[in-house]
Amino acid sequence: MLRTALQHPRIKLLVFALSLLPLVWLVWGAANNALGANPAEYLIRASGDWTLRFLCLTLAVTPVRQLFQLHALAKLRRMLGLFVFFYAVLHALCYAWLDMGFEWFDVAQDIAKRPFILVGFVALVLLTLLAGTSFQRAVRWLGGAAWQRLHRTVYLIAGLGLLHFFWMRAGKNNFAEVWVYTAIVAVLLLWRVYFTKRSKAI
Amino acid sequence: MLCMDKRLTMSSRPSRRLMNSQAAGFVHPISSEITPPSVYYQRREWLQHMAAGVAGVGLAAWAARDALAQTARPGKLAPLVGAVSRVSGASTMEKLTSYNDASTYNNFYEFGTDKSDPAKYAHTLPVKPWRIEVEGLVKKPMQFDLEDLLKLSPMEERIYRLRCVEGWSMVIPWVGYSLHELIKRVEPLGSAKYIEFTTLADPKTMPGVRASVLDWPYIEGLRMDEALHPLTLLSFGMYGEVLPPQNGAPVRLVVPWKYGFKSAKSLVKLRFVEKQPINSWGRSAPQEYGFYSNVNPLVDHPRWSQASERRIGEDGLFAKKRKTLMFNGYEAQVGQLYAGMDLKKFY
Repeated sequence: MLRTALQHPRIKLLVFALSLLPLVWLVWGAANNALGANPAEYLIRASGDWTLRFLCLTLAVTPVRQLFQLHALAKLRRMLGLFVFFYAVLHALCYAWLDMGFEWFDVAQDIAKRPFILVGFVALVLLTLLAGTSFQRAVRWLGGAAWQRLHRTVYLIAGLGLLHFFWMRAGKNNFAEVWVYTAIVAVLLLWRVYFTKRSKAI
Repeated sequence: MLCMDKRLTMSSRPSRRLMNSQAAGFVHPISSEITPPSVYYQRREWLQHMAAGVAGVGLAAWAARDALAQTARPGKLAPLVGAVSRVSGASTMEKLTSYNDASTYNNFYEFGTDKSDPAKYAHTLPVKPWRIEVEGLVKKPMQFDLEDLLKLSPMEERIYRLRCVEGWSMVIPWVGYSLHELIKRVEPLGSAKYIEFTTLADPKTMPGVRASVLDWPYIEGLRMDEALHPLTLLSFGMYGEVLPPQNGAPVRLVVPWKYGFKSAKSLVKLRFVEKQPINSWGRSAPQEYGFYSNVNPLVDHPRWSQASERRIGEDGLFAKKRKTLMFNGYEAQVGQLYAGMDLKKFY
């Protein structure tokens, strides 16, 4: 059934709409004062959380496709990846606006001064590179192999994103959620190692 | 440069907002420049007479305000009303944070690390019976039942700014009395230099205590002169009612010129000691949380700037954050406690 659903011509549109739901909730919540006592903090943290969640979803596409022979999933991967970038930009924008009041000099100083923000910033720059080369023509320009090499940067981005989250939470010793995301990413990466070894053995 | 010229700070005009100079240590007004209490009480009285004369009709209301604090009660818990405090700096005129925000956005890690956790889970806090032990370097070690504590000294309403180390702030009307009222009953010995405060850690009712975020129980400490300062409040209520559990019922500390985590909740023990106690956050991350933890816009937390803050519920979502004040705006009252200290070193 899932296989037939994935064949449906509207599946991309549906996933696109679902991926926008967090944004809809955040905008609605901000407008209706439903984000608690500190809406600015809520927006900054929630947009960061959703960046990590979409990153996990994107990294899950390949293992799930291989495990369950759901090859139609492949066509959703680019869109999910672009949503990682979308929520990361939203996260950076919330920080620069709500926390720093668009004082770009202060933002630059903050990035230079605080390792956890620097790490997040580097991850965003790398994501921008990937988003900027995500379309078909870029694959042709770069050539398939080079493109693939470039887009393996996503593993580094995942590491940087987790480190950013870890360092942010280290201020209050509050790591429970950090370990959950780390475990998910670790499983998804280890599966790749295992799968590559297995296919080589065959 | 943020550092002020020393000549300026020592000029004959009393300056209200002084900055720390790294070289000179903390500079403060000399005591002869501070308006004596008798003078400013006279001024207040005069202002009251003026108000009575001009307003006339409003006189009754004014008198009522003077007798008992006027904070509107949220009507959720038992009333606990205090008289308007006469302690200098104890009644800011700033707009109060809503009771809803003050009682749903809390850091009380014994009930979970999310700020909405305490309001959800703290109802299990066993507030009755409650007893505080006072021990250590005192002539009269004592145990106080909550009922005794409530009668120990007249209740006052203190409207304080509360500045969290995380960069947000509130304005809260607390009810309680100066901690020194309790301290003087137990007669500290000359060797007592600090007080160590221990708060409740009950794994049966506090889900957070089962997590290893901090070493439990939560410990805080004050230097004796800080503990004796009239602004240091032993609080039993807020907004004219007893404290909600998530805000540290039934009795907590409120030290308005320090970051919020210094104001330990749900106190069970005071120990008078000679050596500086190691407070829980200081133990967990000494490079990030100092013993003093005075609000200081010039000393950053390693992970974020402390120069500005967001006032909960007041500043709009897109409004610029407000500037954080030295000692959270209580510099005139507490600055002299830190005279000559390098506040960058003793953060």
